[in-house]
Amino acid sequence: MSLGTYALRRTLLAVPVLVGVSAITFSFVHLVPGDAIDVLAGFQGVDPEARDALREEYGLDDPIWRQYLAWVTDVLALEFGESPITGRDVGATIAERLPRTLALGVAAWLLSLAIGIPAGIVAALNHGRPADELTRLGALAGIATPNFWLGLVLLFIFGVHLGWVRVTPPDAGLASLEMLWFMVLPTITLGTASAALITRLLRASMARELQKAYVRTARAKGLRERTVVLKHVLRNSLTAVVTVAGLQLAILVDGAVVVEQVFAWPGMGQLVVDAVDQRDVPLIQASVLVIAVAVVLANLLVDLVYAALDPRVRYR
Amino acid sequence: MTDREPTARRGRLRVEGFESSTERSLEDDTAWPRSVERDREQSRTEGSVGRSRSRWRDIWRRFRSDRTALLGAAIVAILTVLAVFAWPLEVTTLGYRITLQPFALAPYDPGELYVGPTNAGPSLAHPFGTDWAGRDQFSRVLAGGRYSLSIGALAVALALCVGVPLGAIAGYVGGWVDEAIMRVVDILFAFPFLVLAIAIVAVLGQGYWNVVAALVITGWLSYARLIRGEILSVREAEYVTAAKALGASDRRIVARHVVPNAVAPVIVQATLNVGTVVLAAAALGFLGLGLSPDSAEWGTMLADGRSSLLQGHWHITVFPGLALFAFVLAINLVGDGLNDALEPRLEDGESRTAHRGSRTHDVERRDR
Repeated sequence: MSLGTYALRRTLLAVPVLVGVSAITFSFVHLVPGDAIDVLAGFQGVDPEARDALREEYGLDDPIWRQYLAWVTDVLALEFGESPITGRDVGATIAERLPRTLALGVAAWLLSLAIGIPAGIVAALNHGRPADELTRLGALAGIATPNFWLGLVLLFIFGVHLGWVRVTPPDAGLASLEMLWFMVLPTITLGTASAALITRLLRASMARELQKAYVRTARAKGLRERTVVLKHVLRNSLTAVVTVAGLQLAILVDGAVVVEQVFAWPGMGQLVVDAVDQRDVPLIQASVLVIAVAVVLANLLVDLVYAALDPRVRYR
Repeated sequence: MTDREPTARRGRLRVEGFESSTERSLEDDTAWPRSVERDREQSRTEGSVGRSRSRWRDIWRRFRSDRTALLGAAIVAILTVLAVFAWPLEVTTLGYRITLQPFALAPYDPGELYVGPTNAGPSLAHPFGTDWAGRDQFSRVLAGGRYSLSIGALAVALALCVGVPLGAIAGYVGGWVDEAIMRVVDILFAFPFLVLAIAIVAVLGQGYWNVVAALVITGWLSYARLIRGEILSVREAEYVTAAKALGASDRRIVARHVVPNAVAPVIVQATLNVGTVVLAAAALGFLGLGLSPDSAEWGTMLADGRSSLLQGHWHITVFPGLALFAFVLAINLVGDGLNDALEPRLEDGESRTAHRGSRTHDVERRDR
């Protein structure tokens, strides 16, 4: 299969998933207990006139599939309507919050690579020795630490006790020095779990790779150990890390929801939790949909990149 | 393969760190290629033991020799016992109060207010201090294990009950049934675990059973995918073809060959998932979307941890978090140990610990 054909097939496979995702998010309005109008009005008693307006706006008297189609059409045009609680435009709120979560997520991802890859290499090369065992336990601890707890502990030590960082985000631009300094703790908190995951994966796949015949050949022909490990083994082992990129993204998103709460970081995660608190269903719908679509698209991208890097994948 | 070890030992070509591969016994011809010398010695003396019984004995023997896994199992057992005996367990039905468990390890009633000063640090009377309402933190942490552990066990068990049959049906029946089930799985997988759980709690409302329901709805997916994949690969195996040729019925093939071979990765995945589920339940509690705010659940206890931390009351956050950490770490150690003990299909030349983690991540890779 050529790369083009594979890309087309893989993209087409994502379409039913996107349809299903949008259908599930759409159905929230009708699944939440209570009359759909109350749900859409944010459970605030509204006068009959306003109720009729809402009924009209959302076409609640139409058959359900028509309501869905109307909703999807709006969503495709990035029109999410207004929040019944704050009266603000939902799309604008999300556009304001999304970059902050992205910044945090990218920083945490880079950190997890910077920790996970060297740690995985060291563990695999010292297989069975104390350094390996230590890395293994460290990685397990990283997976087992509740991220909100880690965040709270870091916040207490460096924010409250030592006073090195503020406990709430500074009122500054995202790229300002102040903001970058504040982002250090959330980044560590968010990156720990995925760093641990990368370490475990890379260690396992590298230990397996190191026993293959080509490694013996490379050593036999007198290549330096450095070249063997970094150029041959690492490159082959990293594919195992690339395949779980989707899983990692999900871990980062899940982590962001919680970590943003700990550090009062005004991102998507905090938005979702606040929306659930205030029973702001249109806002819940829109933010959950944005997150899910982002995950589907990111997974698609990962698969395409992977297929470009490793042609064998296309024939699986 | 026999020339492998000498090569590995030859001076300049010595491959550091693979000494453990020498414990491999290649000539072992049982269904479980990796068993230690001593084990075979024993199984020879117990010669007549049935194959499947010696198989589980092998697994147990391998698990028993893994010290970190045993440590994990011990921690899980201790925390479970503490949770059960922390406070008397009473059920009220039809006006009768039945005491299921009369013991109380906790010094105070976990729910009683003002048993001590408010926000007091650890002391002899209150080893973990007291919270803002003067409740004894030590008693609350002990009793809190009940929520976390029972939610973890229940959610994973129920998710298995949903995921395994659906995955088995999808894998064995195939066709449009397979398509339909797996498309649903794909769609639900597009939502990150916690985000989907939050959305479900938003729909269902809060409370114990709603949290369990949210975790089951998000949890069954991985088992369905896993068991389907295993069944697809087992179905193609030569011994299944052989069994068919010998005239075995479908039911016999599924029961005797497919299920036993597919069950190992499911056990590992389920064990590790208990940790994930407990963390997710605690995260929901922390976000204020789990149990009612005054319940002594570890995550819920951390919910007001932020404000009390900023006032300098570190003990309110540290102890429930430590309990959570200890339990999840222990479960992961057990899962890792099970992964090694259950892994019968090691490729040649692979030492046992090299596999640690890789199986579970194979599983996760298939998940996505």
